[in-house]
Amino acid sequence: MRLLIIEDDRDATEYLVKAFREVGHVADQAGDGEEGLALALEGQYDVLIIDRMLPKRDGLSIIADLRTQSMETPVLILSALGQVDDRVKGLRAGGDDYLAKPYAFSELLARVEALARRRGSRGEETVYRVGDLELNRLSHEVTRAGQELQLQPREFRLLEYLMRHAGQVVTRTMLLENVWDYHFDPQTNVIDVHISRLRSKIDKGFAQPLLHTVRGAGYMIRDGAR
Amino acid sequence: MNWARKPDGRFVAALGKLLRTTAFKLTLVYLLIFILFAASLLLYLALNTRRLITEQITSTVESEIRTLTEQYEQGGLRRLFFVVQVRSRRPGSSLYLVTAPNGEGLAGNISALEPGVLEHPGWRETTYRRLEAPGTPEGAEHRALVNVIQLGGFHVLVGRDLEERERLYGIIRNAGRWSFALVVVLGLVGGFFVSRRVLSRIDAMTGTAQVIMAGDLAGRLPVAGTGDELDRLADAVNAMLDRIVALMHGLSEVSDNIAHDLKTPLTRLRNRCEQALRGPTGEADYRAALEYTIEESDELIRTFDALLMIARAESGHARDNMMEFDAAEIARDVSELYEPLAEEKGLALKVDAAAAAPVRGNRELVSQALANLVDNAIKYAAPSKFNGNPAEIVVKAGSEGERIMLSVEDRGPGIPKADRGRVVERFVRLEQSRSEPGSGLGLSLASAVARLHGGELKLEDNHPGLKSTIALPRAGPLGAG
Repeated sequence: MRLLIIEDDRDATEYLVKAFREVGHVADQAGDGEEGLALALEGQYDVLIIDRMLPKRDGLSIIADLRTQSMETPVLILSALGQVDDRVKGLRAGGDDYLAKPYAFSELLARVEALARRRGSRGEETVYRVGDLELNRLSHEVTRAGQELQLQPREFRLLEYLMRHAGQVVTRTMLLENVWDYHFDPQTNVIDVHISRLRSKIDKGFAQPLLHTVRGAGYMIRDGAR
Repeated sequence: MNWARKPDGRFVAALGKLLRTTAFKLTLVYLLIFILFAASLLLYLALNTRRLITEQITSTVESEIRTLTEQYEQGGLRRLFFVVQVRSRRPGSSLYLVTAPNGEGLAGNISALEPGVLEHPGWRETTYRRLEAPGTPEGAEHRALVNVIQLGGFHVLVGRDLEERERLYGIIRNAGRWSFALVVVLGLVGGFFVSRRVLSRIDAMTGTAQVIMAGDLAGRLPVAGTGDELDRLADAVNAMLDRIVALMHGLSEVSDNIAHDLKTPLTRLRNRCEQALRGPTGEADYRAALEYTIEESDELIRTFDALLMIARAESGHARDNMMEFDAAEIARDVSELYEPLAEEKGLALKVDAAAAAPVRGNRELVSQALANLVDNAIKYAAPSKFNGNPAEIVVKAGSEGERIMLSVEDRGPGIPKADRGRVVERFVRLEQSRSEPGSGLGLSLASAVARLHGGELKLEDNHPGLKSTIALPRAGPLGAG
């Protein structure tokens, strides 16, 4: 995956470039808004990571410019402004995701990967399959090895989100934002309890667990046999 | 250029200050207005008196002329001379003169006139000398109003002395002069004293203000007790100072708390790093120390976020994102989020939110506020039993008059009545809760959010347990308007 990081904090950028390289991604960097926009317009990136406050040109105006030139590369906005209304403003300006500083690299990585795969994603498919687990988005039926599972509506949405991102790490905040539509921190880790409930429904009694905990990052659903 | 050093330099400066006061300037303006008024009054009086006197003289002179004309017509010149002679001798201010066509004076009591008066018949003012009895010195020059007619080639002049009028003018002029002097002196002196009085009070206020600015917030403006506008101003400023002191007090308490609550984890963090560096430890220990560092800094970030959010809610910034929503739905959603957690802790979480409860506000903030209350209930109510059953936590949404009540009831230890006001302050944690993880900001945020929406956070006894309620103003019916 090829990324462009537009961020004026050189230390932070060096760290990100190195960290992305370690997990096998290529990241370019731009130190100010003008340079960033010029590079982004070349159109060879899978995801753009844009800081909101930049020299010469601010992040939101770069996104607006890209969108008016029909450049639909997914954009993740990084910002020290982390309140709900800042986030709303960022997403309205055409950003696809918003992450407040300071952040964990695992969180950034999970979100960037989710954005990169979104384009060719399974958003249009009716049935998601992971191993012998099947989820039908129209009939709301979930089966494992042909056996029907009874899920609560929220559990269904949780599983649906996990399966759409099968093979990818999904963080707790991503789940909270996308499944519950909350952008605050619920203090106690309520998500873990929901996951363990879901796990007991889809993995209990089966030899092959599908829902995995990724330590220090979040969760992933994948077919362990492969 | 050291004029200020001169002994009277200070006095000049003080006088300058006095002359610049509003009271003194107002005095000057009123003085000017009063003088103009008095002057126009006197002028009016003078003009009217003059008109009146002139009218009187005119009518007297005209009636005398009528009489003389009659006498002339009845008895000819001799009769005229006779009558004029008789009348001239009477004392008074009436003037008479009869002259022959060649200008020779024949009868009357005038010895000299301005030249040319007799040649032009009609009214005019002139100076004259009175004809005195032989032997006495020549009289002084006087002014008179005279009328000249012609009777059979002779000039007949009848007039009246104007001395009376002149005297009246003199009186009025004097009155004007004296009253002007009096008004100016009294006005200036009055203005001086009034402005000095006002100035001394203003100086006292300015002095106090400077003391306060220098850092002594205990100072208060002097109140004279007369209830005048300066007193009211002083009262208002004093009330403002009281409020500022209260706010400053709160602020310094908050910053003390913040310093304490942020320094404690920072110290822990630093100690842990030092400890890891000091001992001859292996990679596993380093890793553990680093993981601990990240955990601890995440906790700090969380505290910061909560503080920022409270500050935002308190400053009213979050009002931008207000929209109408159903609080009952929030109660259901939040309960649904926390229900598995409650169950895991051996508690039963129930929802009682059937009817719509429309509220206008920031959905995310209200959700978070309610989530904090539920989180608290789960934290402190577990693991307790009530009448042998798992203790219940009930999340309710309903309306009470014009208010929407979002409440959480638990069967935990509750909060002692004396502490209920205190726990909503930032970082305040009760002794029994210190062992639980938490920032001490949950209730502060809930309270700030409630106030942002024009509502309040109420903490009550649930007999036993705690009932915490976010009361919000009800919005119009959903979907309406």
